[in-house]
Amino acid sequence: MIEIESIAYAHPQGGLIFEDYSWKTGSHEAWAVLGPSGCGKTTLLYLLAGLRFPSRGKILINQQPLNRPRPHTGLILQDYGLLPWSTVRQNAELGIRIRNFYGPDGKHTPEDFRPDLDVAPWLDRLGLASIADKYPGQISGGQRQRAAIARTLALKPDLLLMDEPFSSLDAPTRESLQTLTLELQAEQGLTLVIVTHAIEEAAVMGRKILILRQPPNRQAAVVENPGANRPDYRLSTEYLALCRELRSMLDQPDHLAVAPAGLSQ
Amino acid sequence: MRRRDLALTVIVVLIIWQIAALLVQRPILPAPLEVGRVLVEELQDDLIGHFMVSLWRVIASTALAIALAAPAGLILGQSKRMNNIFSPLIYLAYPIPKVVFVPIVLLFFGLGDAPKIVIIFMILFFQILVLVRDQAASLRPELVQSVRSLGAGRRALFRFVYLPASLPAILTALRQSVGTAVAVLYIAELYATQRGLGYYIYLNGSTLLNYPAMYAGIVAMSLLGLGLYFSVDWLEHRLCLWQSQS
Repeated sequence: MIEIESIAYAHPQGGLIFEDYSWKTGSHEAWAVLGPSGCGKTTLLYLLAGLRFPSRGKILINQQPLNRPRPHTGLILQDYGLLPWSTVRQNAELGIRIRNFYGPDGKHTPEDFRPDLDVAPWLDRLGLASIADKYPGQISGGQRQRAAIARTLALKPDLLLMDEPFSSLDAPTRESLQTLTLELQAEQGLTLVIVTHAIEEAAVMGRKILILRQPPNRQAAVVENPGANRPDYRLSTEYLALCRELRSMLDQPDHLAVAPAGLSQ
Repeated sequence: MRRRDLALTVIVVLIIWQIAALLVQRPILPAPLEVGRVLVEELQDDLIGHFMVSLWRVIASTALAIALAAPAGLILGQSKRMNNIFSPLIYLAYPIPKVVFVPIVLLFFGLGDAPKIVIIFMILFFQILVLVRDQAASLRPELVQSVRSLGAGRRALFRFVYLPASLPAILTALRQSVGTAVAVLYIAELYATQRGLGYYIYLNGSTLLNYPAMYAGIVAMSLLGLGLYFSVDWLEHRLCLWQSQS
């Protein structure tokens, strides 16, 4: 699904984030990208979204080189990105309205796009039907994030990118949205890449976890996490052990990092 | 604010006016009923024409100011480079009371509607420009990025993000400056014209010494200002529902 081949990327201010960096995912996989702030997680997501471009190397999605935001990729950010002047329903319709605005040009909108403004099933699925006519300023953070998810899924993406989507939510809301996201990922057959700085979140969400450390990042460090989709996983000793392992990996400086069990590079 | 309170206030003002007229007992302060009668009479005569001319001047200059200032504000708000180039000019021009340019504008634009429209345009232009610029600049980059990720290019961003985002700024600018605009219209209509409420008030007050008609003109000009203010208020309620409900 995603193929990153020997890319280099530096911040406009000068810091080198990725150098000769490669990484690959299969389709329908749930990935978490974990790392401390400043490690380049968000940059990685923006690169995958086609909003930033590497100075060297290339990024392929579904074997296609990525030169611009791709109509089949959905991006969800921490601060929801909802239009404050539009209701929940109008926000959920936004992506479709933009597609209607351009028509099926193959550039902004997939060529096989058929206009259809019906977002009601998505509002229902995400529990937003009763607040569909409210404005973002009138609803809770969790509801806003549900609206952002509805808006993105209404475009029927095959790749869903999430940047710290739940970090400003309280713990129960966060857990329920994490579960919902995993359900939707399985239901819709999405490839999911969720970026987080929270070890626990990475351990719950990622069947595979990509670790980023202080930049420049040169080699993809991947931890397998096969238990992630079990319903009681949060309570298992396996989960706690993984969290400990991830914590110790993050604490180590890059050049001292040794591969613990289950880590493939 | 409730309508009942507004109506009550109007009644109280009229009563105070009536009492003052009774106490002063001079032609320079006619009673409100007298002024009301003259207003109705004059409206059927030529006051309505003057009113329409003034209204046209305000509407035309407002439309012109929105048409030019809103896109300029959007550009400055989105482009740091453009803003760096123009902000010193705006910084200098914004606080200058535009009314002092009336004589210059008259010299350049001569008689008729043009100089009046230009002077009101100058007042509204800077107000709208600055507010729309600040509004566009305050749009969070995350919002723009997430709409771009839905497939929006420049045109769709303008249509779905920048345009609706600048609407409250335009209305706020109008609300703040519509009073000043009418005041300056009055000044501008004192010169080089024989049409408009400013001219009508001045003619009746200083030349014809027809004080009830002068007062009728003043009431008409107040109604013009109030009407414009209420219209902006109404538009804001209709178009910016999210602000009052959030």
